[in-house]
Amino acid sequence: MDPRIIEKLTAEFAPQREACEHPQELVVHLLRAVQRECGWVPDEGVLFAARLLGLTPIQVEEVATFYDKLYRRPVGRRVIHLCDSICCWSRGADELRAHLEARLGIRMGETTPDGVFTLLPTCCLGACGRAPAMQVGFRLVGELTPEKVDRVLEEERARALEEAP
Amino acid sequence: MSHPQVLFARRRPGETVFLEGYLAGGGYRALGAAVGKQEPAALRALVLDSGLRGRGGAGFPTGQKWSFFPVDAPGPKYLVCNCDEMEPGTYKDRELLEADPHLLIEGMALAAYALGVQRGYVFVRYDYDEVFRILERACAEARAQGFLGERILGADFRFELHVHGSAGRYILGEETSLLNGLEGVRPNPRLRPPFPAQRGLFGRPTTVQNVETLCNLPGIVERGAAWFRGLALTPGEAGTKLFGLSGHLNRTACFELPMGIALREVVEVHGGGVRAGRRFKACLPGGASTPYLTAAHLDLSMDFGALERVGSRLGTAGVTVFDDRTCMLAATLNLISFFARESCGWCTPCRDGLPFVCYLLERIERGQAGPEDLEILKAQPAFIHQSFCALAQGAMGPLEGLLTHFEQELHDHIARGGCPFGGA
Repeated sequence: MDPRIIEKLTAEFAPQREACEHPQELVVHLLRAVQRECGWVPDEGVLFAARLLGLTPIQVEEVATFYDKLYRRPVGRRVIHLCDSICCWSRGADELRAHLEARLGIRMGETTPDGVFTLLPTCCLGACGRAPAMQVGFRLVGELTPEKVDRVLEEERARALEEAP
Repeated sequence: MSHPQVLFARRRPGETVFLEGYLAGGGYRALGAAVGKQEPAALRALVLDSGLRGRGGAGFPTGQKWSFFPVDAPGPKYLVCNCDEMEPGTYKDRELLEADPHLLIEGMALAAYALGVQRGYVFVRYDYDEVFRILERACAEARAQGFLGERILGADFRFELHVHGSAGRYILGEETSLLNGLEGVRPNPRLRPPFPAQRGLFGRPTTVQNVETLCNLPGIVERGAAWFRGLALTPGEAGTKLFGLSGHLNRTACFELPMGIALREVVEVHGGGVRAGRRFKACLPGGASTPYLTAAHLDLSMDFGALERVGSRLGTAGVTVFDDRTCMLAATLNLISFFARESCGWCTPCRDGLPFVCYLLERIERGQAGPEDLEILKAQPAFIHQSFCALAQGAMGPLEGLLTHFEQELHDHIARGGCPFGGA
């Protein structure tokens, strides 16, 4: 981890830790902040969180590996979570999955060679009225069609490539 | 057909009502009428009398739950709002909070006053980032106006509210798993008893309530228990209910409708009927864990009692409709695959039993199964009901519904050596 990130997160979380009767309750919040800064949660992020909150590395690791939206492996700049639960399934999620895999040239769980997109399934996004739906980062897109998927991929790729690496 | 709007009274498409709009619409009047003016015990009696039942899926009477809460116990006690809305087919809490976040804050402050609680949490799922930011802003507004914090409305009442952003996984919606998630430990569910009312968050008395449940409190306090019971169309039931419609309907949106409304009105009037002119085959009445209803149930009233009497559950009232071209075996396989993937792995019936059910369903769907596989499938719910928490038991809802209402489809798959609906 970049020392500047460590410095920034320490400044953000040390006061919260002091104000908190049970610092361990900050662990998910802190891991999400590590992910916000690094794109994922590297081993150093787990060790950093443990040190900052006065926990053992395993106490942090067993939390970090539980949640599907904390990434313990490197991911692309945009993680696409395609909903495969019942409402989206009933409105064509399987076909969209095939379309996304073909368009990106990757399978579920993989990252595009240019490092822009990672494709993952997710359980219900709570967008059942707008099914089928996917989430790109925190951007929720519903009422998907193959054409709409292509448009969103283009927009997100352009934005991701504009951002500093 | 229009129905009284209580929870959605201030809702406007694409807008969020913040403090100014909430106050203009009569917001925080209930809190003002209660805090320092009514005894907490009177408030608890009112909620019991109102007949309010939990809107998170289990339908437990809220007032009864509160009667187990040790209100006079010294030391910290907690109120937790469960906004880990992840039951497939359920999106009502998102709709409610994106429209009117202060309704929840007022509801939580009222519950905290009634229960003698000084600290609350709203547990928000990762994917509801918009809801998280709306709540943070609304809490800051409420704090600045003295509706949260020290000496609320000048009375001897203190309540702090904290918004927690989670990081995924359906199991966190199980209340003891959620409490572990809040504490920052691995969120496997806890053994009960002790129940959270005795030993919950940080080992202290805690009550966990759904968003919609808490949002009903301001109305009950302001307008009374009889009014609330009168909102329901069926005797013995109470209030309105948010119905989130999805699946093969023309209009898949979220509506506030009276408790006890006929399923037919939900589907045909509010849902605009089954899309593409097809016929209604079945629905999940309240999320992924509720046994199917069929066309024979269309005149049933959608309330807790009526659905229990036909072997299903109102659940979250997220109604997912399937048309006549749907393979109910394939739908059930999708549902149980969801539960299998979301299993936390803590206990064997869930961790190993659910994938085994998926394996059997896949064999039947692909035409690789014989009649003996169906017998093995039928034996599974008895084992899986031994699971540690309600997740795997919930997964048996659609399987039991499939076996009760659509067993013939399973025989057809086996006899034809494949899916009669052209799937798999």
